[in-house]
Amino acid sequence: MATAATHAGAHEVHDHKPSFFARWFLSTNHKDIGSLYLLFAFCAGMIGAFLSFAIRMEMESPGLQYFSNPATYNVFVTGHGLIMVFFMVMPALIGGFGNWFVPLMIGAPDMAFPRMNNISFWLTVAGFCSLLCSLFVEGAPGANGAGTGWTVYPPLSTAGHPGPAVDFAIFALHLSGAGSILGAINFITTILNMRAPGMTLHKMPLFAWAELVTAFLLLLSLPVLAGAITMMLTDRNFGTTFFDPAGGGDPVLYQHLFWFFGHPEVYIMILPAFGIVSHIIATFSRKPVFGYLAMAYAMVAIGVVGFVVWAHHMYTVGLSLQTQSYFVFATMVIAVPTGVKIFSWIATMWGGSIRFTAAMHWAVGFIFLFTVGGVTGVVLANSAVDKYLHDTYYVVAHFHYVLSLGAVFVIFAGVYYWFPKMTGRIIPEWAGKLHFWLAFIGANVLFFPMHFLGLAGMPRRYADYPDAFAQWHKVSTYGGHIFGLGMFVFVIGVVLAFRSKEQAADNPWGEGATTLEWTLSSPPPFHQFETLPRIVDEPGAH
Amino acid sequence: MTAPSAVRLAVPFLGAALSATAATAGGLGQPIPWEMSRQVPVTENARDILNFEIGLHWLSLAISVFVLGLILWCVFRFGEKRNPNPSRFTHNTAIEVAWTIVPVLILVAVAIPSFRLLRTQLADPKADMIVKVIGHAWYWSYEYPQTEQGGGFTFDANLDEDKQPRLLQTDNEMVVPVGKIVKVQVTAADVIHSWAMPAFGFKIDAIPGRLNQMWFKAEKEGTYHGQCSELCGQRHAYMPIVVRVVSDQAYAEWLKEAKTKYASLDNGKSLASAR
Repeated sequence: MATAATHAGAHEVHDHKPSFFARWFLSTNHKDIGSLYLLFAFCAGMIGAFLSFAIRMEMESPGLQYFSNPATYNVFVTGHGLIMVFFMVMPALIGGFGNWFVPLMIGAPDMAFPRMNNISFWLTVAGFCSLLCSLFVEGAPGANGAGTGWTVYPPLSTAGHPGPAVDFAIFALHLSGAGSILGAINFITTILNMRAPGMTLHKMPLFAWAELVTAFLLLLSLPVLAGAITMMLTDRNFGTTFFDPAGGGDPVLYQHLFWFFGHPEVYIMILPAFGIVSHIIATFSRKPVFGYLAMAYAMVAIGVVGFVVWAHHMYTVGLSLQTQSYFVFATMVIAVPTGVKIFSWIATMWGGSIRFTAAMHWAVGFIFLFTVGGVTGVVLANSAVDKYLHDTYYVVAHFHYVLSLGAVFVIFAGVYYWFPKMTGRIIPEWAGKLHFWLAFIGANVLFFPMHFLGLAGMPRRYADYPDAFAQWHKVSTYGGHIFGLGMFVFVIGVVLAFRSKEQAADNPWGEGATTLEWTLSSPPPFHQFETLPRIVDEPGAH
Repeated sequence: MTAPSAVRLAVPFLGAALSATAATAGGLGQPIPWEMSRQVPVTENARDILNFEIGLHWLSLAISVFVLGLILWCVFRFGEKRNPNPSRFTHNTAIEVAWTIVPVLILVAVAIPSFRLLRTQLADPKADMIVKVIGHAWYWSYEYPQTEQGGGFTFDANLDEDKQPRLLQTDNEMVVPVGKIVKVQVTAADVIHSWAMPAFGFKIDAIPGRLNQMWFKAEKEGTYHGQCSELCGQRHAYMPIVVRVVSDQAYAEWLKEAKTKYASLDNGKSLASAR
């Protein structure tokens, strides 16, 4: 996807671009860094997808088929989770689309701190390298890699993994976390200080709002994760006992710290997606987004409440009745602003003149699938119900509906929506639509049966399982193959786009596309808005 | 093809799935092939929770179908061919208030029974007996403290690979009497495990340095199977949990047998040190 950006500004005669090495390795240009992030996310996503393919193949039948050592299976599960969260979804939605389109949408020439932007990217790459290293050094006795789950709970991650693999994984999180914190500072500064004249916060496009809220979530939650994993690092290597009851510590303390980060993290992954969907729906309905202010403040509300619900991931650790009741209540509250967003998207389509492009397919598919993932979230919010479902495949189904069919669908929606803008090339519509249908059918066949597996009692993170679960696992694996087929269609579409000589128009989507990036050429010039644009349109008319 | 056909495909799928979840019963004490629902609950609390969950699933289905219907209608009615001129409205206070208030009311209606079930689940009724459960990598051990009925022994429950259903059987089983309030006190010796018993409707984490407690009153004799439910390393999938619920008489006999059988294994040393 992002390879496209090598063509950026090719037809702009006045652009003075640096040499190849300086441009791509010492980059300070927000569009180039955005392209690097997207390319990186694609590569990391392919590795993460390979891991999930191996997981799915193993789960196709009971018994051990491909993994002779279940510890290695745990490593694959862990790697898949960490890679998809930290090195695929976040770089794509925040580093990639955020870097590309936040400055363009708010009428800024670049990000506030271009060099810091560069180090953010390369810290993420370095973190990824550290994570890959962890796969090849000893973790649990007799096996390579960290098989701790992406949550890295002690004592499994301390006493249970004497080898250095977990240290590498922790370092990977430190590095990418530092990159994300610097990125968050950059976004906050850019959005608060570099909006074009007339672009008040309440006229700012929803994607910029989404990135602003996301950046605050990153800034406030990642330091807590950094603290928790640093404590774990000293527990592992320097004899402290923060999480070791033998020295007065408590493993549950780690879980509180982790989920204080981990819950906002899920909103970090989905809020930018909310922003992108708002633009796509409005563009192709040829109608301004419905309830702009409610949409913006619903994201703020989700962000704020997202910080006070963390222990709903910990209903089975032995919390008191009062604590559990509070977290049930707080978790349910989040459904309200989320519902506002769902209904506002539908109201945006209502009365519109809807054009079903590939991007619109993905966005509309997202609304429905996110709703399905959302309602199972309400089921899980009930602590009494969750005591059965916790750590079963029901939870796996739930979070893949909101992430794999939520965030990932929107990443593809964003690619099909912005590809002409980023590259000046056009992915054939048929490829985007075929890709959508394969992904939609594949992902549902893949993840819906997992609800049944969870209800039947199938625990997560099992390399081998009782034979009664085999049938649904087989169905699920077939769905995975269909989803994988879609990825080939995507790659073919991108290749066709670059082979074709067809040049994308500045605004290929017509009058519905009202944000500032569509006023520029496709691809935009290497440096845009040397004269700042003046914003005069109606509030909310994005 | 357009988006509506996607949704048309999804409706029967979802509908069939969710209604099957609500209508059919699962296996008793263990999963069965093609199961789409919880395993049969054998405690009152688990049954109440299952009924509540069925209600939630119907609610989920209703909301999903409602959203789907709205999307389908938009796609059908407001396509560019049928509706070439878009309207420009962006606000409607009444409907915005409605779609904030109605979900709040629905959630309140969900929360009230949810809190009631949680209170029962976490209640602390007077126990008829207590069993201490200790998670190890990768097996469970059970301690029956000395009471006037008997007890005062401990034993390990390891995976038994020869028995069916595969991965759900142990060499020794935890045995409890039917219709009695049993408290399990759960902890772990090394890493975190989780003692899960689907038929009783709960799981509780076994955490080193902590003693967690849950209770159940099984209403039906039988053998119930569960599996460790917190990732604990290499053999996480190979440390099942088996609870055999038997009549009072059979339990008394088992207690006597167990006393001689298990006490001879370690002379009660591990129990003495654990207390």
